[in-house]
Amino acid sequence: MSKPFTNLKTNHDFPGLLIICEGIDGSGKSTQLHLLKTWLQQQEYDVFFTEWNSSQLVKKTTKIGKKKKLLTPTTFSLIHATDFADRLEHAIIPPLKAGMIVLADRYVFTAFSRDTVRGVNREWVRNLYNFAVRPDLAFYFRPTLETALERILLGRSELKYYEAGMDLGLSHDPLESFRLFQERIMKEYDLLVEEWGLQVIDSNKTIEEMQSEVRESVKPFLKTRPIRRSE
Amino acid sequence: MKKARFYGQGLPGMEGLELPGKLIVIEGTDGVGRSTHVNLLHDWLESKGKGVLVTGLTRSPLVGEGLKAAKETKYLGHLTMTLFYATDFADRLEHEIIPALRAGFVVIADRYLFTLLARDKVRGADSQWLRDLYGFTLIPDAVFYLSIDVDTLIPRVLRAGKLNYWEAGMDLGLADNLFDSFREYQSRLLGEFDAMTKEFAITVIDSKGSINSVQTKLRKKIEKLFKGTTP
Repeated sequence: MSKPFTNLKTNHDFPGLLIICEGIDGSGKSTQLHLLKTWLQQQEYDVFFTEWNSSQLVKKTTKIGKKKKLLTPTTFSLIHATDFADRLEHAIIPPLKAGMIVLADRYVFTAFSRDTVRGVNREWVRNLYNFAVRPDLAFYFRPTLETALERILLGRSELKYYEAGMDLGLSHDPLESFRLFQERIMKEYDLLVEEWGLQVIDSNKTIEEMQSEVRESVKPFLKTRPIRRSE
Repeated sequence: MKKARFYGQGLPGMEGLELPGKLIVIEGTDGVGRSTHVNLLHDWLESKGKGVLVTGLTRSPLVGEGLKAAKETKYLGHLTMTLFYATDFADRLEHEIIPALRAGFVVIADRYLFTLLARDKVRGADSQWLRDLYGFTLIPDAVFYLSIDVDTLIPRVLRAGKLNYWEAGMDLGLADNLFDSFREYQSRLLGEFDAMTKEFAITVIDSKGSINSVQTKLRKKIEKLFKGTTP
């Protein structure tokens, strides 16, 4: 029988490579991950992409919970962990076993920051995700709050209830609530940078500058790992 | 008045909550007659004028439907299933069990944490991880485990026509047919239950006898719980 659990605190021994990115909405992380993916594919590496909160199996439940506002801090945290577990079992571990490069748009650190801000016990949420694969490289895209807000609110007519952190009761105004919520999340991320050694990329730089930093950090791994290339 | 006590860190916002009701848990494997006893206890307690709420597993408005659909896909991994059930359990605690206890109800739980722990443990989950995960669980006023040996259990299950994929633990690949898988799976579950009785102060009720004799034993123990409280 194979090991039932991988462990967030120890390096994995799969042939593949796990690269993740973190950051609040509007930090530019998705653009950077897309550019990284393009660059890797141009070199004919086999790339697998996975995104936070995207499991088909769990989707319906999360949707019901959000729509009917049924989620408490604990069930919000647990349903996202369920989503993550499904993707770990189907979209992260198998491609890593197959020697592919897995790119994850948001990872456990999203839960560590968000759920803690929602009032969930810090240690509990870390233990909850202890089964995750430890990433080989974890980027944290850090914008100033103003830059992020400007980007995210551009062309948006309204903010969703949980997205704006309205369940925290910080403010009745969704915009003000969103602002306060994101500010707290950024503070949590700053703590995570130290705790988990996330590589900080300054999101106030240009897209090209950021991408060049990202690629430089990825290069050494491509030389040392037996990563699969497309036929 | 009695305050809420939890096995671990508890639920955010529910520290020190006063709970005038009583939480009675009936545990035991499928086919032991658990639901029959729960129904009899329900009627008996209501006849004594108590407000009674019966709750089971996987019936929560948040997760119930999604989990059922996910199980039908046969695509659900062990870890994902564990967390799905944990979400369901947390939802029922926060939205059903605790509110009823606050309102002074007697809550009868037709299975509780212990079934989940036994199932997950049999599927290879780490004991300590499970205990940390379920640290949000409210400690019941009493837990009764309807105990039975596998040889007595099998004819009962066969007569009820309840030998199915999940209750036989076919997802574990223990045997190539339902009967052998059921025997092996249930033996392992019973082993896990036995191991938990001390740790969680579970009262074991021998359930080999008739429905009447088992019910009488249960009622005697439950009457003690209400001593000193006004009927």
